[in-house]
Amino acid sequence: MIVTSDLTKVYSNKTVLKIQGLDIPKGQSFGLVGNNGAGKTTYFSLLLDLIKPTTGKIKNNNIQVDESEDWKPFTSTFIDESFLIGYLTPEEYFYFIGDLRGQNKADVDALLSQFEDFFHGEILNQKKYLRDLSKGNQKKVGIVAALIGNPEVIILDEPFANLDPTTQIRLKAIIKDLAEKQGVTVLISSHDLLHVTDVCERIVVLDKGEIIRDLTTSEATLKELETHFAQ
Amino acid sequence: MKLKHFFNLEWKQYFRSSYWQKSVALNILLIFVALYFIAIFLFLGIALYPILIEQLPDQDPLNIVNSILFYWILADILMRFFFQKLPVMSVKPLLTLPVRRSKIVHYVLGKSALSFFNFLPLFAIIPFGVTLIVNDYPVNSVLIWMLSLLIITLIINFLNFIIESLSSQTELSFLPIIVFAGGLFVLNYFNVVSFSSLLSNGISSIYSNPILVVIPLAILLGLYIANFKNLKKQLYLDSSLKSKTEEVKTSDLAWTRKFGNVAPFLQLDLRLIWRNKRPRSSVFILIIGLLYGLFFYPQPTYQDMPWFFAFIGIFVTGIFLINFGQFIPAWDSGYYKMLMSQNIKYEEYLKSKFTLMAASVIILFVLSIPYVYFGWKILIAHFAAAIYNIGVNTHVILFGGSYNRKKIDLNQRAAFNYQGTGAVQWLIGIPLLLIPLGLFALFYVISSFEIACLLLIILGVIGIVFHQKLMRFITLKYLDSKYKMIDAFSQET
Repeated sequence: MIVTSDLTKVYSNKTVLKIQGLDIPKGQSFGLVGNNGAGKTTYFSLLLDLIKPTTGKIKNNNIQVDESEDWKPFTSTFIDESFLIGYLTPEEYFYFIGDLRGQNKADVDALLSQFEDFFHGEILNQKKYLRDLSKGNQKKVGIVAALIGNPEVIILDEPFANLDPTTQIRLKAIIKDLAEKQGVTVLISSHDLLHVTDVCERIVVLDKGEIIRDLTTSEATLKELETHFAQ
Repeated sequence: MKLKHFFNLEWKQYFRSSYWQKSVALNILLIFVALYFIAIFLFLGIALYPILIEQLPDQDPLNIVNSILFYWILADILMRFFFQKLPVMSVKPLLTLPVRRSKIVHYVLGKSALSFFNFLPLFAIIPFGVTLIVNDYPVNSVLIWMLSLLIITLIINFLNFIIESLSSQTELSFLPIIVFAGGLFVLNYFNVVSFSSLLSNGISSIYSNPILVVIPLAILLGLYIANFKNLKKQLYLDSSLKSKTEEVKTSDLAWTRKFGNVAPFLQLDLRLIWRNKRPRSSVFILIIGLLYGLFFYPQPTYQDMPWFFAFIGIFVTGIFLINFGQFIPAWDSGYYKMLMSQNIKYEEYLKSKFTLMAASVIILFVLSIPYVYFGWKILIAHFAAAIYNIGVNTHVILFGGSYNRKKIDLNQRAAFNYQGTGAVQWLIGIPLLLIPLGLFALFYVISSFEIACLLLIILGVIGIVFHQKLMRFITLKYLDSKYKMIDAFSQET
């Protein structure tokens, strides 16, 4: 589904990302881990065509992302709070995203009704603007908005950070369900090794912009990752 | 030595802010403005005495100055309200450190006393005082007089903060200050309460009886304490540092559906304008813009200058276009990354802005029809200007927007906020206002008023006819600078 080849990103002579080849097949739940500055967000930004690669290319479903915009209809994402529109209420935001993705109000409402547990009664009908919600609740809105319109690729940067334990567990179930049952390709990055190993079939470790491990998740993976990062 | 740390922090905050580094030009401009005012005040201070002696030889210059102090104070209050900002310091990180809260507040208030606005009057007061002493006024009394003026300046300083915090809490923008200053002026003007003679008498009493200087000092102290209490109360995370949550007023704006594909963006824009301080002010500016013609049309001088009508027409019908349009797409800078990764057609996004601006021109033209009272020519010129605005200026300003590289924080106060202002905003004024004015004036001179109007209309119609093509061209321009904009909008200012 997502094919990366010879990708580099250089900021004033400093190479922050260098990936020679990375194939993520359709329906895989893919985890990206690494310390700060490893290049996780840079990779996602390149994948979303928010920054321009210095060399190389990424193809999303055979569409080169920096040449055509045709990948947008089936790709959705939540990177950080700057993806939210602070002066809208959560409902207005969902409907706006729905509009952009060709979903009418009823479609969006139907989707939202599946997430009542996840929202925990703190999102809908609160008469609050997004800018006035807590960080954790903002994140919930962003993540659910990324699910609107049946995307085939979902990219979430640090989805577990700032969430309470209950929500983390629910989110894990949601992500697993997306990949296993609905065949959605899910890319997440995280600092939390436990969560990633729980959720992802495959985990790639980035260090200073380069892939240094590419693991298929098994019983031993968590141990292996912990040993790696302890060094 | 906490004080040293505070200074150090502020210094770094100022010079390391990307704002400083990016807008050196604006800072230089501000320095020149400051120097200009210093020069004026200095000149005033030096020349005032000789001028007054010459013009009004039978009166005491000091008394004259005292009698106009009231107006000085009013002007000072107004000036400060619009230009002096509340002393701010990013205190949040300091709250958990071992620094006493009262110390932080004292520091912030003390810093405000060092504002340029407090030094400026000194450039006039000191030379004037020295002239008085040279002209054999009693030295002690003159010194006391100078001191009391300094105290008054500081009183205004702290009074301003109280007014400002009041008006920022109430969302009324500059209404309170206008009411306050206007009220004082009116009361004085109609001699209900003669503040000017009251003040003049007061200052004269201090002049002859120095011990009375304790009265203004007490007022100053009172205001300082009021400010101190007010600020200290706000130094908790749950009061002012935490942004207030607003009760939501929703409407589903269903009528925008008529606009088809553009509807989602149109709804977004309308909510943007209505729910955020800064863009909301562009709605209030509409009223000022609409009344702009009243400055000119009633005066016979301008009645004989029809070449000028088109300029006013462009302004009156295009005030929203100019005000809102100049910051496209920076209004959306806070979530620009999201828009760019979403499944949107750039052209529709821009088209929504175009629709909004074109609609505003039509509405403003309709509202400006009463200007016909001042002559048919004005109506015709306004009509031509409106067509020109829709056909040409909307496209020009959208095109200019592709060069916007400055983020806007929607929630900052609106009046005299220069955030987001760059060279683009200045340069865009040339094609927007001067070209139509120039063309109109030129054709008015070489042919006739009617031809000049026709020219603007033709240009506007050409723009409307080629709307699709122009929009495609502009869209390409935006796509070209996509990465640069994303990068610039994610920088904190």
